[in-house]
Amino acid sequence: MNIYAEPEGARTGDRLRYLARDIRRQSLTMVHRAKVGHPGGDLSAADILAALYFSALRVDPQRPTAPDRDRFIMSKGHCCCALYTTLAMRGFFPFSDLADYAQPLSPLNGHPNRTKVAGVEANTRPLGHGLPVAVGAALAAKLDGAAWRTFVLTGDGELQEGSNWEAAMAAAHFGLENLTLIVDRNRIQQGAPTETIIRLEPLAEKFRAFGWAVREIDGHDCTALSDTFAAVPFEPGRPNCVIAGTVKGKGVSFIENRAEWHHHVPTDGELAAALEELKGGLDR
Amino acid sequence: MGSSGLSRFAKRFPTRLVNVGIAEQNMVGIGAGLANGGKIPFVCGAACFLTARALEQIKVDAAYSQANVKLCGMSSGLGYGPLGPTHHSIEDMAWLRAIANLTIIVPADALETAQAVRAAAAMEGPVFLRLSRTPVPDVHPPEYVFQTGSATILRPGRDVTLIANGAMVWRALAAARLLAAEGLSARVLNLSTLHPLDLKAIRDAAETTGAIVTVEEHSTRGGLGGGGLGGAVAEATATTCPVPMRILGIPGTFAPTGSTEWLLEYFGLTPEGIRDAALEVVGVKVRP
Repeated sequence: MNIYAEPEGARTGDRLRYLARDIRRQSLTMVHRAKVGHPGGDLSAADILAALYFSALRVDPQRPTAPDRDRFIMSKGHCCCALYTTLAMRGFFPFSDLADYAQPLSPLNGHPNRTKVAGVEANTRPLGHGLPVAVGAALAAKLDGAAWRTFVLTGDGELQEGSNWEAAMAAAHFGLENLTLIVDRNRIQQGAPTETIIRLEPLAEKFRAFGWAVREIDGHDCTALSDTFAAVPFEPGRPNCVIAGTVKGKGVSFIENRAEWHHHVPTDGELAAALEELKGGLDR
Repeated sequence: MGSSGLSRFAKRFPTRLVNVGIAEQNMVGIGAGLANGGKIPFVCGAACFLTARALEQIKVDAAYSQANVKLCGMSSGLGYGPLGPTHHSIEDMAWLRAIANLTIIVPADALETAQAVRAAAAMEGPVFLRLSRTPVPDVHPPEYVFQTGSATILRPGRDVTLIANGAMVWRALAAARLLAAEGLSARVLNLSTLHPLDLKAIRDAAETTGAIVTVEEHSTRGGLGGGGLGGAVAEATATTCPVPMRILGIPGTFAPTGSTEWLLEYFGLTPEGIRDAALEVVGVKVRP
């Protein structure tokens, strides 16, 4: 595994891109080894996770439960391989632990568990749970006048769950400018495009109508991600929504935009080909 | 908020009341998030909606996440009377008892409720408090001390044990007095903590009295012969000291229209109904 392989003196955006590439490589390796996982979403979220953990979040891996830490809630918990890899790379636990993913009695369950894994804030995976929990966390900080922030990453298909819209109303009502929702807008849910199954568009307008400050960015542009996260709150008194336009399976030609890769396990040959595409430069 | 009767709290502690509107799933999630942020949230809602509508949030965000959330199911059981089965909460204990890591408390009177609230706040981890809107007389002496996980013998007895919780406890005590008039000595056990279960107290009741009647404001279906309390006691005795039981509650049916009081009578959840069940079970018991 080629962690921190970025050239010396690389600019922030490039450094994040190298880290994201390593998240992609390791996630695919884990799914292949354990024969379970959700590689399409792991790959679409990799740049977002890199930008969060290596640029935006004020967290200390040595003090994972410090009261003043920023919270990050991975609502799309099925993409736990990308999350576990990111947490290990950030130093929350040894990178070698990742080999244990999904093995019997491993703390690295097929969906994240806060009581077993340092850095995990909530047990997620049933969809539509992360945003309400994030609203509660942001509310706690606001009630205390504390400076820590809450970030939450949802999938896009996940937004079909009504609990998100209960939480979206509440976040705006409570004026939670310390809350940032990132939507991994890869446009494909299990089985088919989101717009075919239950249309989400116009998504930005929906959140604006609910009272959020919305920015739409390229979810694979690490500089844009980093700059956008650094710019919160976008507007005083409003929760922040970043709609990150992404490509499901980003970085591997034969995985990109293929609905079947939502939870397809790569064969030996597919893994080798994918890792080949994900090494070297960053032209993809 | 209106359903939870929190107006007085709101007046006294305006900054400590978070009104999330009509949104139970979001409410439980927000509770878990507040706990993550270091608060001890008491999440209050009508028991029927809190448990049925937000069951997955209770399972995942509170119990599985071991969040320090205190869930208060208000107006439980048949409390909503003529509003009917949509508002009755007679399945909640069966659902919640199947969830790991969740302490469940069903207090019997005002004193025990007050102490259970404090105990819930003092312990780390998720708790469900099943609260009633039905007025009940005091069943505990003023010196009573509630302990999570401990059942209390409110009346000693050797011929049969009446095990109840919540608003059924005073009825069990009244039934014991009726049984005394029939020459039978009935123990009354308040099983206010449904999880973790006081196995010792239940086993002792089975061994010492040889017959058990359980009484709950809840469906008797959903587990081993009983969804909530009856099922819990049946499980406990079946594996340690099997004795004949009668399981009183709502027998797997949606309630017809009627006031709470009328419905309790309709389903035999009265001192007389409990007495009759006790006489019946004593008639078939094999142990002394």
